[in-house]
Amino acid sequence: MHPRDWITVTRQGIYIEPGDFHIDPLRPVPRAVVTHGHADHARPGHGATLATPETLAIMAARNGGSLDGADALPYGETRRIGDVSVRLVPAGHVLGAAQIVMEYGGARVVVSGDYKRRPDPTCAGFEVVPCDVFVTEATFALPVFRHPDDGHEIAKLLDSLRLFPDRAHLVGAYALGKAQRVIALLRKAGYDRPIWLHGALQNLVDLYQAHGVDLGETRPATGAAKADMKGEIVMAPPAALQDRWSRRLPDPVTAVASGWMRVRGRARQKGVELPLILSDHADWDELTTTIQEVQAGEIWVTHGREDALVHFAKTKGLHAEALYIEGYEEDPADATGGGG
Amino acid sequence: MQRFADLLDGLVTMPSRNGKLRLIEDYLAHAPDPDRGYGLAALTGELDLGTAKPKAIRELAEARCDPVLFYLSYDYVGDLAETLALMWQGPEDTPEDPPPLWEVIDTLMAAPRTRIPELLAGWLDRLDATGRWALLKLITSGLRVGVSGRLARTAFAGWAGLPLNDVEEAWPCVQPPYEPLFAWAAGGPKPEVRDMPAFRPFMLANPLEETDMPALDPADYAVEWKWDGIRVQVARRFGETRIFARSGDDITHAFPDVVEAADFDGALDGELLVMDASGEPAPFNHLQQRLNRKTVSAAMLRKYPAFVRAYDLLQDGPEDLREHPFRHRRKRLEALFGTPRDRFDLSPLIPLNDWSRMAELRDEARARGMEGLMLKRWDSVYVPGRPKGPWFKWKRDPLTVDAVLLYAQRGHGKRSSFYSDYTFGVWRDDELVPVGKAYFGFTDEELRQIDRWVRANTTDRFGPVRAVTPGLVFEVAFDSVHPSPRHKSGLAMRFPRISRIRWDKPHAEADRLETLLKLVEAAPAADGG
Repeated sequence: MHPRDWITVTRQGIYIEPGDFHIDPLRPVPRAVVTHGHADHARPGHGATLATPETLAIMAARNGGSLDGADALPYGETRRIGDVSVRLVPAGHVLGAAQIVMEYGGARVVVSGDYKRRPDPTCAGFEVVPCDVFVTEATFALPVFRHPDDGHEIAKLLDSLRLFPDRAHLVGAYALGKAQRVIALLRKAGYDRPIWLHGALQNLVDLYQAHGVDLGETRPATGAAKADMKGEIVMAPPAALQDRWSRRLPDPVTAVASGWMRVRGRARQKGVELPLILSDHADWDELTTTIQEVQAGEIWVTHGREDALVHFAKTKGLHAEALYIEGYEEDPADATGGGG
Repeated sequence: MQRFADLLDGLVTMPSRNGKLRLIEDYLAHAPDPDRGYGLAALTGELDLGTAKPKAIRELAEARCDPVLFYLSYDYVGDLAETLALMWQGPEDTPEDPPPLWEVIDTLMAAPRTRIPELLAGWLDRLDATGRWALLKLITSGLRVGVSGRLARTAFAGWAGLPLNDVEEAWPCVQPPYEPLFAWAAGGPKPEVRDMPAFRPFMLANPLEETDMPALDPADYAVEWKWDGIRVQVARRFGETRIFARSGDDITHAFPDVVEAADFDGALDGELLVMDASGEPAPFNHLQQRLNRKTVSAAMLRKYPAFVRAYDLLQDGPEDLREHPFRHRRKRLEALFGTPRDRFDLSPLIPLNDWSRMAELRDEARARGMEGLMLKRWDSVYVPGRPKGPWFKWKRDPLTVDAVLLYAQRGHGKRSSFYSDYTFGVWRDDELVPVGKAYFGFTDEELRQIDRWVRANTTDRFGPVRAVTPGLVFEVAFDSVHPSPRHKSGLAMRFPRISRIRWDKPHAEADRLETLLKLVEAAPAADGG
């Protein structure tokens, strides 16, 4: 049976008929399998939610502490749902992020969710799973998106601190994943001063620390004295950067850590003074390498620049097609929950 | 090249002046010679490397990239040079180091046009994405990183620990990569400028406030019209002429008619104007047709002939006159320009010495096409900057109009959390049409109040811009208003600023477009410019 006959796209998202479940459903469903904790993929309100224990912890933390119908499946273990066998494999995107490996009717399908290939000190690395159908994201699927080395971007931030020692450095980063990765990379670069946090980041920073990711000392920025944050690194969700919240900081240099910062016009348009090209998504090279490494007979491309990636796959003789799903953040630069 | 690229990359997103200065100073402190000199020249616009056209970049892209992917990318990025810089793929292993900036510049200056694509490809292979972007910017469109020549010179003076005025004076006398300037910064001698057409930093006037008057004796001051052109300095030594704008930028190339007519030896301070058919100064927007141009057509020269109305003499032959009082400099100026020469005449003194007569004359300024009056102490020596007391400008009152706030945009830097840039409109029939934009004229407290009002009355959002319910009226002051095909209303204001916030005024009572049209000054006939 061809996977096209048992996998369909509905209003809720990707539906797996022989298992009667949805993947990353956009609206409440009886049974969901969730790839990772970003708000546009992990919506609350499903009857049952299967995900990694880390992803369920993230969802619970964002849901006020608990999550009904949580069903944990650690990486590598197999679970049978209906007639489908399901396994979760690290996707390298954020803590707990998983590719969903499904086997049914003699075919293996991998829904990769959001992923990246480069090492990230805050989460398990992506594993290549050979398969018949590979469902890939395409957030940065244009050859202009080649994320530089992490260390280079962190050095840019540290260099700016040296040049502007009296200014706070306000780094906009998504609350889940990016914020913790930036902190971990700073620590790796030897930066050991306390890092000041917007209230919206505290929860998940604590959660990462509880999962064994050492992020060093953090302090709440809200309520702190202005003068104390001179020359310090302050982190906030991107939406807070130009909001009234930022007026509490001493003459801040505004930085944003995102793959979108690769395009200067984009950074300028958003009023970002210090663009840091740090992304939790695969860049062009990672996407094009991955779709070849999995040796899949078919590549299905979801959210992002499907056109460019499908074109590339065809030039390599791969069978690729776009899978149109509405609702994931195509341009999460303004969102607080999404990737980038 | 890499350091220079990183500098440009930092500058392009840095909104604050101090931030930009700090980045340039840091570059000067760390970049090697002669790269840093060339880097400065690129920033001040003194390198003419506009050798590659967009067509060349497109051809390079098509030769090296998948065309479908290139055009999808270009469509997303929106900037040709940046698209190619970002997607260019060099050889897998880059054996060669990035080229130094001097090598790129020297090679480009000497290379025939046909070799440029091949040279470019070679360098692109050796640079990272930031380096490739900087290289392509350098050779195409100009840098556009928001750095004026003056800002770059200020950074140099700050880094070198030299007085800015001395740096400004020496700058036009040296060529990129400015070895004598760097030698001077390192403790060597100041470059000699006496026999060069050097720039002398301008002396500026303070606005005259009513409260100043009782303490001043009008008899101590020479009075002149404040002409509605641009302030320039024309320096000429041994047959070489330079024209400098108030910023210190060299604008010689834009005024070949003035250069050709110049036949004095020295340096004068005066007003650059365009003359109308009767030989009188034409309104400012005629002159505007001649500004900010790289080349000037013969038609432009005929239609908008430029001339200089001299009001001060800073150097006469080899003699520096700046230490002498204005009375003496004026005599020397009259001796030179007392009889009008082609393209140069004298700004006449107005024999007046009481405040009430002066006030009457100032009231006539607008009708006469003048900006107001200038008062200069007879005993004032010429010093750079804006000393308080010796010179005053007494400008005509601005025009005002009551306009309605339509859109508010977030500011930059310190103002990035405030909606601080305002587009306002006036009534045309029963709709409001935008007529201008202003972002100053209010206090910090007023800014906070307007910001709150904008947030509470938002009807729509477009990125950093919010549309608001019409309801808030500004009294907008402006110096003049001109026809402009670029604006929806067909009008453009000069120096608009918020003079009062009319919280009390219903927006239905704001002004109408007809009111503004009546204030329009005579315009030049439309042309290809």
